[in-house]
Amino acid sequence: MSHARQVSITSKLTRMNMLVCATALSLACLGFLSYDLATYRQVTLDNLSIQSQVTGSNSVSALVFDDPVSAQRTLSSLEFAPNILSACIYTPDGKPFATYRRSPNISIPAKLAISPGEKERHWYNHENIFLVHAISFQGKPAGFTYVQSNIQPLIDRVENYLAIAGVMLILSLSLALFLSRIARRSIAEPIQRLANVARRVSKDKEYSTRAEPGREEGELAELVGTFNEMLAQIETRDRSLEAAREKLEEHVEQRTAELSAANKELEAFSYSVSHDLRAPLRSIEGFSLALAEDYDDKLDGEAKSHLSRIRAATTRMGVLIDDLLNLARVTRAELHREPINLSSIASSIAEDLRKANPERQIEFCVQERLETVGDGRLLRVVLENLLGNAWKYTSKHAWARIQFAKKRLNDEEAYFVTDDGAGFDPAFAGRLFGAFQRLHGMDEFPGTGVGLATVQRIIHRHGGRVWAEGAVEKGATFYFTL
Amino acid sequence: MEDAVILLVEDNPDDEVLTLRALKKNNIRNDVIVAHDGMEALDYLFGRGKFAERDTRMMPQVILLDLKLPKLDGFDVLRALRSDERTKLLPVVILTSSNEEQDRANGYGLGANSYVRKPVEFGAFIEAVKQLGLYWLILNQIAPVARRK
Repeated sequence: MSHARQVSITSKLTRMNMLVCATALSLACLGFLSYDLATYRQVTLDNLSIQSQVTGSNSVSALVFDDPVSAQRTLSSLEFAPNILSACIYTPDGKPFATYRRSPNISIPAKLAISPGEKERHWYNHENIFLVHAISFQGKPAGFTYVQSNIQPLIDRVENYLAIAGVMLILSLSLALFLSRIARRSIAEPIQRLANVARRVSKDKEYSTRAEPGREEGELAELVGTFNEMLAQIETRDRSLEAAREKLEEHVEQRTAELSAANKELEAFSYSVSHDLRAPLRSIEGFSLALAEDYDDKLDGEAKSHLSRIRAATTRMGVLIDDLLNLARVTRAELHREPINLSSIASSIAEDLRKANPERQIEFCVQERLETVGDGRLLRVVLENLLGNAWKYTSKHAWARIQFAKKRLNDEEAYFVTDDGAGFDPAFAGRLFGAFQRLHGMDEFPGTGVGLATVQRIIHRHGGRVWAEGAVEKGATFYFTL
Repeated sequence: MEDAVILLVEDNPDDEVLTLRALKKNNIRNDVIVAHDGMEALDYLFGRGKFAERDTRMMPQVILLDLKLPKLDGFDVLRALRSDERTKLLPVVILTSSNEEQDRANGYGLGANSYVRKPVEFGAFIEAVKQLGLYWLILNQIAPVARRK
């Protein structure tokens, strides 16, 4: 494509030059030729007319005295005029009186066609000019002269003219070609050079390339300059972009390293907590019980109550540690995304809850075929927490309804678990998802305050959001998107 | 089954006392040999060091193995047991505080027969030990090569 454009700009210039030159020259030649031919023809005609007049007046006496020999003599003097091929003198009634032929095979009209009173007339055929002139003597018609002249000189002249015009045309076209080559060097070539550089730049993305400034001046020099300036700007931008990207990559690498170090530390920490933090709790719990059992008779009621408080606290701390470890595990665990059916997970959790508290009157509504893609194990933890909470916070009601379904909110699909239980004060809704944040007293509803923090972490890891709506004694609804 | 010996590998003296108490509470009267680190456990099993005089044809009915141990840890002990003809079929129950996935995977991977987590509540622990005793000391029949008497 660029090649075609390249060709067209040079050939356009050349073609334009040639066309202008040829047109000007042809018009000039045509003008000269027509003028010259017209003039030459008139001169030829005038000469012929004079010759025929002279011959006519020289033959008047011969006609009057009916002396054809003398007329013949007069006519033969025409052999000195090389262009005259034949001539004839006619009597006033149009009969040939005396004839002249340069060569014997030339025919002469046997009768003249001229209207009475006409003084002179001429006509042409393709190589001759014919002229008839009336001869008068003392005001009366005495006869006619007829002359046939060759127009070969005229044809020769035209041919010469055309030859000269042709040569001139060739010469000037060559000159125009030469001149257009100069024009091309000064106009087309710089543009071609620029086009080549632009092509190279766009192909190799090598923005340090520059178009070399040639000898050109004016707009072309400006074009090359501006083009180079543009390349310089692109190069600067490209470099700063590259630098920014490298810096970003460095940052990302650094952050990744930091993150994986932190993750490893967290892992080691969790492992240590899992093993070492629980052992002392076991001792406290175990030996408190041993004390209560072995010294049952020596301890009074208050001492036994203290011991049971110690044991309850230790047990609670054990649960807390497990919850914390689970929270940490949720952060660390790799996501295994797979197609899962949230409806069947929710139903199986509901079944477990029912089995654990068969005495409760709960209506469980799970929307069918809620299918999505996510980590099945982690999303089970989410539903366990949300449905478990709903179960827990409706426990003070004799009859309750818990629903798990999906609905369209604005432009996103949100899953939700809703209950008609104790609800919460919406002023504290923001604190619900913080670890160890609880909106209810331990004696009211037991819990560690880690469940919703775990839920939030899992949902965030799936790229979704989680939020809650509710009011005191009006139930709670927990939404999440995936 | 009174002659069947239990090998308890446990470094924490509190846990040792509590485990023995739990066994007693469940009326499990078998001899309990306590090794306080992995090295001592291997010495006992292969009759080395202070157990050089021991008749190694007598092997424990079950080994209760903690994971976090000084010198050689529980996994090292398990690896050594499973690579020796004399001990490779001995029943090993991992009895530990953690329920870390990696520990469970490693334990079963190295050939543990069971994995039991020590609960914080002593009542639950007594129940667990009861189940263990019932299963490994009474119900379970060990492989013939493991017990050359």
